[in-house]
Amino acid sequence: MLQQTINTISPGELLAYALRLKNSNYRLVAISSTKVENGIEMSYSFDSGEDFVNLRIIAEPGDEIESISSIYPYSFLYENEIKELFGVNITGINPDYKDKLYRISVKTPFNMKEGDK
Amino acid sequence: MSFFTMAKTLIKSIFHGPYTVQYPLEKKGPFPASRGRIEIKIEDCIFCGLCARRCPTGAINVDKTESRWSINRLRCIQCSYCSEVCPKKCLKMDSTYTAPSFENVEDEYKNARVPDNKENNRNIAGAC
Amino acid sequence: MMGKKTVIPFGPQHPVLPEPIHLDLVLEDETVVEAIPSIGYIHRGLEKLVEKKDYQQYTYVAERICGICSFMHGMGYCMSIESIMGVQVPERAEFLRTIWAELSRIHSHMLWLGLLADALGFESLFMHSWRLREQILDIFEETTGGRVIFSVCDIGGVRKDIGSEMLKKIGSILDGFEKEYSEITKVFLNDSSVILRTQGLGVLSKQAAFELGAVGPMARASGIDIDMRKSGYAAYGKLKIDPILETAGDCYARTSVRIREVFQSIDLIRQCIALIPEGDIKVKVVGNPNGEYFTRLEQPRGEVLYYVKANGTKFLDRIRVRTPTFANIPALLETLKGCQLADVPVLILTIDPCISCTER
Repeated sequence: MLQQTINTISPGELLAYALRLKNSNYRLVAISSTKVENGIEMSYSFDSGEDFVNLRIIAEPGDEIESISSIYPYSFLYENEIKELFGVNITGINPDYKDKLYRISVKTPFNMKEGDK
Repeated sequence: MSFFTMAKTLIKSIFHGPYTVQYPLEKKGPFPASRGRIEIKIEDCIFCGLCARRCPTGAINVDKTESRWSINRLRCIQCSYCSEVCPKKCLKMDSTYTAPSFENVEDEYKNARVPDNKENNRNIAGAC
Repeated sequence: MMGKKTVIPFGPQHPVLPEPIHLDLVLEDETVVEAIPSIGYIHRGLEKLVEKKDYQQYTYVAERICGICSFMHGMGYCMSIESIMGVQVPERAEFLRTIWAELSRIHSHMLWLGLLADALGFESLFMHSWRLREQILDIFEETTGGRVIFSVCDIGGVRKDIGSEMLKKIGSILDGFEKEYSEITKVFLNDSSVILRTQGLGVLSKQAAFELGAVGPMARASGIDIDMRKSGYAAYGKLKIDPILETAGDCYARTSVRIREVFQSIDLIRQCIALIPEGDIKVKVVGNPNGEYFTRLEQPRGEVLYYVKANGTKFLDRIRVRTPTFANIPALLETLKGCQLADVPVLILTIDPCISCTER
């Protein structure tokens, strides 16, 4: 099995880490997210052929996360999906589909608050 | 870039005849290992309910007090998990395909136990 | 001179698509300028089912995520749970899983070749490809009991064994299959109508493929060497695998990569049949998993990522599947720019879309 490491970082350091990994030729594999008690936990997975690194952020409600689509252009699809389904406030996605990627009638189905329809 | 590359295959299939099975004149039979439907030998069943707990879709219903075992044929996904956990080994996977039906078919066996099967009747009388 | 811009919906229903996906194409006089995707037509909420089914029953849900790559989904889920619980699968089970996985790859590529011939309008080639695929489906039914959904992979090993005469029979069926298959590939690679419609279409250079995160045969056709089988999961560590690469990056190169991968899979199955050891096929598993793990496998369409998080009870906390079609969508949107409207179906088919995997 390949090595696996999970680093927990704060949302402000995300861009710096992503730029460093891009310069060492890592490619972005996926962005996953889970609902935990105090917010949404997002995991960014990077791979370089021999090494597999995960960066973990806890996004509290009200936090603003910067998009990494300026560094990795294809992350727009993952970030649009997370913004639409979980309601995390990600700014600067290029291109931003503005909640039209999935055609659903409910606002943030994976992160429903009590009393929402 | 060449032309008429498909000619050899086409001429072979003209002489071969149809590759398909002429259903309904001849039918293609199932293999011995095919997963078709679940069969039960009701005389050996002790109604412990393990098969109902393990079924992933909830297709099996077991009632110990009424000695009733029933299976909903359309909910069964033929995974044969129940036949692996049965302690008396009375469930078996048969290889005939589940037939299509117009309504929800539920097969039920009630009070089907043979009355002089002394060994199994002892298990039911002494409540466990 | 600026042409007039129109927006045409490439709808969820289209004869060439095996599953529904929606694209809004912005056209300028028959040339596509931009494409905007919209997905969600086949979402079934499978990731939320972990709250209702315990971790052993979820194996049957996981393999029903997709009908074409069904065995590898079940295998990926079982491998994640086994890594969390620290269970070591017996060696014979690893080889059996590899044989079934490579047979899945052959049947998926044969299905794709038939769909490509159908999209080009070459109906008789489509029928012949699927006729050869039936021989593989008969092998599946004889060994596992089902043609499409096998229910044979389980946590701790596999549930059914393949005896040694059955293995010899698989070998001889594959010999006959290989002979007939080489005649069909001559048509795909040399026929003038296929070449005129696929060569030079949708070119993706090596730099662009790396920047856009393409995986699987799409990346290998542009010259990037990504293959998850090199990491050695299941029995791949003991087999000899050569990478299959092309450099042109157009639709013809992607067809050529998939055709050669079928020959490689037949060779890998023969190596497995020669090396398979005796032994048990399953290890008993007790207790509940606790922890989290990322697993990556090589499905026929590319690299798939499984993330499983468990918390010590018999229900899992979270499962996330990121399928290769989702990763290839940005590359698709880039290659659509600049092509003609009549070429759009062929381009969408070359990424091998499996939308029911993408949206669980």
